[in-house]
Amino acid sequence: MAKKYDAGVKEYRETYWMPDYTPVETDILACFKVTPQPGVPREEVAAAVAAESSTGTWTTVWTDLLTDLDYYKGRAYAIEDVPGDDTCFYAFVAYPIDLFEEGSVVNVLTSLVGNVFGFKALRALRLEDIRFPVAYVMTCNGPPQGIQVERDIMNKYGRPMLGCTIKPKLGLSAKNYGRACYEGLRGGLDFTKDDENVNSQPFMRWKHRFDFVMEAILKAEAETGERKGHYLNVTAPTSDEMMKRAEYAKEIGAPIIMHDFLTGGLSANTQLAQWCQDNGMLLHIHRAMHAVLDRNPHHGIHFRVLTKVLRLSGGDHLHSGTVVGKLEGDRDATLGWIDIMRDSYVKEDRSRGIFFDQDWGSMPGVIPVASGGIHVWHMPALVSIFGDDSVLQFGGGTLGHPWGNAAGAAANRVAVEACVEARNMGRELEKEGKDILTNAAKHSPELKAAMETWKEIKFEFDTVDKLDVAHK
Amino acid sequence: MSDMQDYKSSLADTNSRKFETFSYLPPMDAKQIRAQIEYIVSKGWNPSIEHTEPQNAGGSYWYMWKLPMFGETDVDAILAECEACHKAHPKNHVRLLGLDNFAQCAGASMVIFRGQAV
Repeated sequence: MAKKYDAGVKEYRETYWMPDYTPVETDILACFKVTPQPGVPREEVAAAVAAESSTGTWTTVWTDLLTDLDYYKGRAYAIEDVPGDDTCFYAFVAYPIDLFEEGSVVNVLTSLVGNVFGFKALRALRLEDIRFPVAYVMTCNGPPQGIQVERDIMNKYGRPMLGCTIKPKLGLSAKNYGRACYEGLRGGLDFTKDDENVNSQPFMRWKHRFDFVMEAILKAEAETGERKGHYLNVTAPTSDEMMKRAEYAKEIGAPIIMHDFLTGGLSANTQLAQWCQDNGMLLHIHRAMHAVLDRNPHHGIHFRVLTKVLRLSGGDHLHSGTVVGKLEGDRDATLGWIDIMRDSYVKEDRSRGIFFDQDWGSMPGVIPVASGGIHVWHMPALVSIFGDDSVLQFGGGTLGHPWGNAAGAAANRVAVEACVEARNMGRELEKEGKDILTNAAKHSPELKAAMETWKEIKFEFDTVDKLDVAHK
Repeated sequence: MSDMQDYKSSLADTNSRKFETFSYLPPMDAKQIRAQIEYIVSKGWNPSIEHTEPQNAGGSYWYMWKLPMFGETDVDAILAECEACHKAHPKNHVRLLGLDNFAQCAGASMVIFRGQAV
């Protein structure tokens, strides 16, 4: 029987709290960490989150009755305690797939992290995880090339790749910048990288940079006989300008370009990723602004969600944190989102902060990039944590070598190869790291000097965003 | 400056030419090569041998030595084929790959006999 219109304010839970609902395999599922205002019942808050992130508004409207709202609504279907924290709880919400435009992570995020995050009944809200059904995954373009294709393009097998971000971040002229790239590449790096805020400033316009860097790549390739690349940052004020820079990078033969997916925006990123796929280009993704969104344990978007969003939007590399370097990153949580980047099927695993099974179908993987405050002494741990399908990126740890970039690069290259060889022989890298490096340094004065330079540097601060386990 | 070492590498010096994984380490001895072959076998990858003139090492395709050794797990048999390839082409680089047919990508690739630099 048809419903009658009854104006006024209803409790959200009457419509959106459905504890008996069993999610179907095409639903998009979300786990929110909800910190309610005092005195508001959990079911009501969970239902409000489901409503405000899907079909609902604060009052009943007559147009609700023109549609099948019971089909289109988000459904809060479960509530769980957060281990070790009584101020908040997890709310699980299921959304029917029809609520979202195909191939648009923009649209998914606009719903799930839209108005609801400013909702007054909440003190704080954090999107912990999303399960994208494989039916939705297959509508997204995803990484332009993927891990295996990148290996074939770059001819790098059986080891992590090595990169270096050129420093100082800002202020170098294009020719001096190209020099820094050339020195790193001839010393044995696979990639050098534009820093995220290098776009096209007055001291170095993008085209000059692209030209000098390409010369550096070509000479280093001729000299070493190996394939080289530099992440040319095409992040720009407009997507037209971004595309212009990408086209030019292709024209001069660069194998890889770079984009900042959060500050540049997801529409621009998805557009660029699709172009890269059509044009055989690799795409490196930086994540400036992520810590604004993901660092607060009670509010924002967890990085594992941003990781999924990027894999769907498209990118071949994504910065993942290092666990051991200068930037924040809990080890188990990092291992969780590394799996999310690379694997084709990721099982729910609360010990790594993964709330849902995630099937990626045939979507290629993204290579995690470990970057930020790492140096040769970290190499054994990095190879052990990240494995071969990774880029280990040493900025200061290359450029800060007392003999310069080429020596710094060679030190890292010798170190990574020594670690891989030892790992393959069955040695335990994290236990025997010192011995492995010391032994390798006997044949490499560059590595010996690097080990002496950075002997004492460690970054041992406690992680702010820990996994939710009982700490009490 | 006197402690600082110059980085020896140039277009003119053919010793500057590298050949990817493990080429920044000294050549492996027999025991080390054996251990790497055991690793490939332990991963379930198909051993495959390729060789090339050192001056042509930059391309994707080297000359295949026979066919990949599908399903071969005998380290001695793999080593013997590497040596046979080396004997037939003593001036060439000889590399051993571990082909991962699930990833459709080499899981390992290493030059185990280094050719004469040219």
